Amino acid sequence: MSENKLLRKDFMNIVWGAAGLLAITELSLVGLSFLSPRTAEGEFGGVFKLGHYDQYPAGSVTLVEAGRFYLVRLPEGGLLAVYRRCTHLGCAVPYDLSVGKFVCPCHGSEFTMDGDVLNEPASRPLDLFTLSVNEVGEIEVDTSSPVERDQASPNHIVYI
Amino acid sequence: MTDHPTHPPEKPALLTRIQQSIQRGPIRPPDDRSRMKMVMNSLILHIHPSKVSKPALKFTYTFGLGGLLILLGSILAVTGILLLFVYTPSPDAAYDSMIALQTEINFGNLIRNLHHWSGNLMVVVGVLHLLRVFYTAGFTRPREFNWVMGITLLLLIIAANFTGYLLPWDQLAYWAVTVGTSLFDYIPIIGEPLTRLLLGGPEVGTATLTNFYGLHIAVIPLAIFAIVSFHIWRVRKDTITVPREINQERDKGKVTTLPHLVSIEFVFALVWLALLITWAAFVNAPLEEAANPAHSPNPAKAAWYFMGFQELLLHFHPVFGAIIIPGLGLMVLILVPYLDQDMETTGIWFRSVLGRILAGLSFFLGVAGTFGFVWLNEYYLDFPGWLPFLPSSISNGWVPLAVILLILIGYYELLKAFGIKTCEARQAIFTLLLASFATLTFVGIFLRGEGMALILPWS
Ligand code: HEM
Ligand code: FES
Repeated sequence: MSENKLLRKDFMNIVWGAAGLLAITELSLVGLSFLSPRTAEGEFGGVFKLGHYDQYPAGSVTLVEAGRFYLVRLPEGGLLAVYRRCTHLGCAVPYDLSVGKFVCPCHGSEFTMDGDVLNEPASRPLDLFTLSVNEVGEIEVDTSSPVERDQASPNHIVYI
Repeated sequence: MTDHPTHPPEKPALLTRIQQSIQRGPIRPPDDRSRMKMVMNSLILHIHPSKVSKPALKFTYTFGLGGLLILLGSILAVTGILLLFVYTPSPDAAYDSMIALQTEINFGNLIRNLHHWSGNLMVVVGVLHLLRVFYTAGFTRPREFNWVMGITLLLLIIAANFTGYLLPWDQLAYWAVTVGTSLFDYIPIIGEPLTRLLLGGPEVGTATLTNFYGLHIAVIPLAIFAIVSFHIWRVRKDTITVPREINQERDKGKVTTLPHLVSIEFVFALVWLALLITWAAFVNAPLEEAANPAHSPNPAKAAWYFMGFQELLLHFHPVFGAIIIPGLGLMVLILVPYLDQDMETTGIWFRSVLGRILAGLSFFLGVAGTFGFVWLNEYYLDFPGWLPFLPSSISNGWVPLAVILLILIGYYELLKAFGIKTCEARQAIFTLLLASFATLTFVGIFLRGEGMALILPWS
């Protein structure tokens, strides 16, 4: 009888302890998701419709200011949406027309037209946004999450 | 027969009664006993014990650094609350609040300057306090955990400065925070989600300002207040370590806290307050043009206390520069009191005469060695170029890290071979690392120009 009582007490202790842990976990999760990033529609973070690809001649780099990316049309016609944020420490990388590459003002990283690293300290190519072209030839770029890549590869380029 | 009614005991006058309801004892206690009682019974004074060690009052022991941290914290609280009444935390309005402080608000600049300079000074004083404790072995048993709390406080002080840095929303703020948070991005696995959570998105923006504001005005100050209270309670329980000269017995003498300690503190606080106000009246906190996310300045530097890390990142593979090396450093720092248990030298500056010489030598070696390394690395060293067949995490990470660890181990073993005591050899290694980090910070702040190229003062 008294042994039973003891067991019951141990059991209740465990149950209450577990309930306490559960409460803490739940409340932490609520807190974390309350704080998780929020994106407003139509702003940076949304989808950008950029019209027909004919508007962008081969070998051109066009800044889409609101989307913080460059629409790159490579000389052979492929398309890329290159995020403007330097992969070294996050500066805004301008495209230097005269030399045909991206040159970061902050610590001197340089990138090719398709975002590959030409010059350190950046250790990986510029990030991309997912780009798609629909049946009628209109370009859409989704800026919700940048695509990181370790190396530039032709697989990332969208051909029409 | 005189028919006097018996008097009730004399009631004190109303004013005296009001006064006594607030301060129960006499306002100017006449003797030591009542002075001790006053300390014991006062909410504010009782953060002190009623008697303190006489030698520990010596200014050149603590240099009043812990007290100065409390003063700076209080100034920050008062000026911070004032600033709250003027500041609007939104990208459209924040910069205008700064301009209003400069042009419209009475003493706006003075209050902003006081807040700015006290915050920055707190980082410096926090480090100096840490060094004072380290070099007098103030962390030895039973004070180990107070050292750990101290490290936490230092990290919180830096976090408070960093989150405050963004609030003016000028070019300096925007890009220093961009570069600073990008450092976290290099932490494997959790780095990316952590940065996103902190920034409230992929880049510094409206959500970042809201997040940083909340952290800066509520979360961090409350955390600091809570931990400081614990820290000081521990100092009072454990009592402060007693200073002494080499080969000298511990002086057990004690004096009453009131007036011996309290009067020193009062004068000290007043002098520092005067210095800070004078400084803030003449030296303006920096403010550049309003933030422009499309245009990064050249070079873009992190806040000055992060420049050592940014400098590390120029020399090492990011995982090493941003994570492994600082992580190892922080771990060693936390473990210091648990490794070093030489109670014999507590209270002696640098532990012994030899300890003083070795600390000086190690400091010199650390500064010279680091300058040498930075210079060599700029012009000659090129591990990735020499080892092109290895990934950069090995050629620019494991290889240089191994070289550095070998140098440290070699130095340690060399000292031990000469019969140096363990705690002094450890002190030498700590000093070497400290000097090295200080030099990196110096190089980052003063010797890096456009494109982060090394600019030597004579060229
Ligand atoms: C907000 C920051 C801090 C405040 C307000 C503070 C306050 C104080 C005060 C008032 C003392 C009494 C002795 C003195 O003034 O030196 C003290 C002692 C001490 N502090 Fe801090 N401190 C802070 C940060 C730190 C840091 C960064 C460390 C080091 C990691 C640290 C470690 C210690 C230790 C171990 C003692 C005992 C030293 C002894 O007994 O000799 N504290 N602190
Ligand atoms: S942020 Fe572009 S090179 Fe550093």
